[in-house]
Amino acid sequence: MARMKFLCDADRCIECNACVTACKNENEVPWGINRRRVVTINDGKPGERSVSMACMHCTDAPCAAVCPVDCFYTTEDAVVLHSKELCIGCGYCFYACPFGAPQYPKTGNFGSRGKMDKCTYCAGGPEADNTKEERVAYGANRLAEGKLPLCAEMCSTKALLAGDGEIIAQIYKERVTKRGYGSGAWGWKTAYKETIAT
Amino acid sequence: MAFVTIRRAAAAAVIAVLCAVAHPSAATAQGSVNPTASSVKEQQLLDALKPDQRLSGRVSIPDPGASSLIQPEGRQFRAERDQNARIGGLAILGMLGLLVLFYVVRGKVRMDGGRSGTTITRFGFVERFTHWLTAVSFLLLGLTGLNITFGRALVLPLIGPQAFTSLSQAGKFVHIYVSFAFALGILLMFLLWVKDNLPALRDIRWFLQGGGLIGLGHPPADRFNAGQKLIFWSVVLGGGAIAVTGYILMFPFAWTDIAGMQWASVWHGLIGAVLFAVILAHIYIGSVGMEGAIDAMGSGEVDVNWAKEHHSIWTERELGKAGKGAAPAE
Repeated sequence: MARMKFLCDADRCIECNACVTACKNENEVPWGINRRRVVTINDGKPGERSVSMACMHCTDAPCAAVCPVDCFYTTEDAVVLHSKELCIGCGYCFYACPFGAPQYPKTGNFGSRGKMDKCTYCAGGPEADNTKEERVAYGANRLAEGKLPLCAEMCSTKALLAGDGEIIAQIYKERVTKRGYGSGAWGWKTAYKETIAT
Repeated sequence: MAFVTIRRAAAAAVIAVLCAVAHPSAATAQGSVNPTASSVKEQQLLDALKPDQRLSGRVSIPDPGASSLIQPEGRQFRAERDQNARIGGLAILGMLGLLVLFYVVRGKVRMDGGRSGTTITRFGFVERFTHWLTAVSFLLLGLTGLNITFGRALVLPLIGPQAFTSLSQAGKFVHIYVSFAFALGILLMFLLWVKDNLPALRDIRWFLQGGGLIGLGHPPADRFNAGQKLIFWSVVLGGGAIAVTGYILMFPFAWTDIAGMQWASVWHGLIGAVLFAVILAHIYIGSVGMEGAIDAMGSGEVDVNWAKEHHSIWTERELGKAGKGAAPAE
C-alpha cells in the first residue's frame, strides 16, 4: 500500500487558487469552510512564495492523539480520516493541528461548533465507499475510484503533487536538481518528521 | 492607407525604443537573479520562529485565521495535554491511595468526649445551599471533565464508540450549562466565608500539630481551621481559574488567538484535575473520615463536643453569645 502525501512545490505555485475552488466544488464543502487554502509568504517582497496547504495526513497525527472520543482513523493508504458520527465538536484537534486543517461549520453559543470538517484526501469517510451518505457527510471518494485528490490532479502548474510519498518526493528531487533551486517540501518536517534531501 | 502605415511605423519605433531600454537591464539581471537565494525557505522561516509564533502569510480567503500556514506549537499542545493527563491522573490516584492508607492506619476520627447530646448551629441555610450548589456542580463538572481526558482510555473500551460519543456529547452539554451554577457557587462562597478564612498565626500551630489528626491533641481554631482555609482558598482560587479558562474555551477565539486557546485548555484541565484530587480529601474528611463532621453541612447543627474539639475559639464565642442572650437580665 502506498503512503499518500501532499507536496506543494512553492517555486511553481502561482497562487491561482484553483485547488481551493476544485476542492470546494468536488467535495461540496459547506459555506465558510476551506479544506485547502493558498498562503502567500513574504507577499510583495522579493522571493515571495505561495503554498497550497490542507490537511497533510500526518504520521502520528496530533489531531488523532488529542481527540477525546477517538474519532480519527488512518486508512491503509496512510490517509487520516475521521468519523462525523463520533465527533463531538470539542475543538481540540484544531488546537493540536500544525496546519489549521480541522474546521467547524458552526460558531454558535457556548462554543457549539458542529461536526469537524477537514480534507479527506478525496477519500470520503467511514461509510461504505461512494454511497450517498458518505458523499453528503464527507464529499468525494476519488481514491476508491482509483483517482488522486482533485486539487493536485488539476493543478495547472503541477505545483501541488499528491500520491505515494516516495514517488512525489522523487519528482520534486528531479525538479530541484534540474532547475537548481527549491524552497523546500513545505510542512513535511512538521507532518512526517522528514524532509526531502535535495 | 497612409495612416495605417504611419501607425505601424510608430508602433515599430515604440517597440524598438522599449527593447533598447529594457535590454541592458535584462542582460544584467540574467546573471544576478538567483531564485534560490532570494526565495523564502521553509526551514529558515521555521528556525526563525519564536515559541508560540506561527508561520503565516496572506490569504485571499476572508478568514484571517486561514493565513496561518504552520503552527508548530500544535505539537506542544499535544505534549502538554499528555503531560497533564499524567499529572492529573497521578494526583487523583495518589490522593485516593493516601486516603485509603490513612483510613486503614488512623481509622475514623472520633469525638474524644463522645456526643454531648446538645448541638450548636454551625451553618445556616444560605451557607449550606452555597456549599451544596458548588459541591454538586463541581462533581458534575469534574466527572464530565475527567471523561474528556480519561474517558477515551477508560470508558470507551467498555461501552464502545457510539455510546461513548453519546455520553461525551451529553457530558459536554452538562459541563457547559452546570458551569454557571459552579461559578455562582464560587462567588457566593467567597463573599460568605472570606472573612473567616483570612490566614492567622494560629494556623501555623494547627499544621505543626497535624490538625489534630495524628494524636498531638486538638489545636485551637476559629470558625475555620487551617486545613479548611486551605480548602477554601484552593476552591476559590482554583475554581476561579477554572471558571475563567473555561469561559475562554466556551467562547472560542472571542478574546484570544489559538495560542491563548491552547493555554486555556491546558491550564483548565490541569487545575481541574488537581482540584478534584484536593476535593477528594475534603469529601473524605467530611464524611467517612470524621465522626460528626457531616452534620455541619447536613442539618447545619453540630454536636457541641465536636465543635469544642475542632473549632474551640469559635465555639466559645458562640456559646458566650448564646449564654448572654439566654441569661436573664440583672
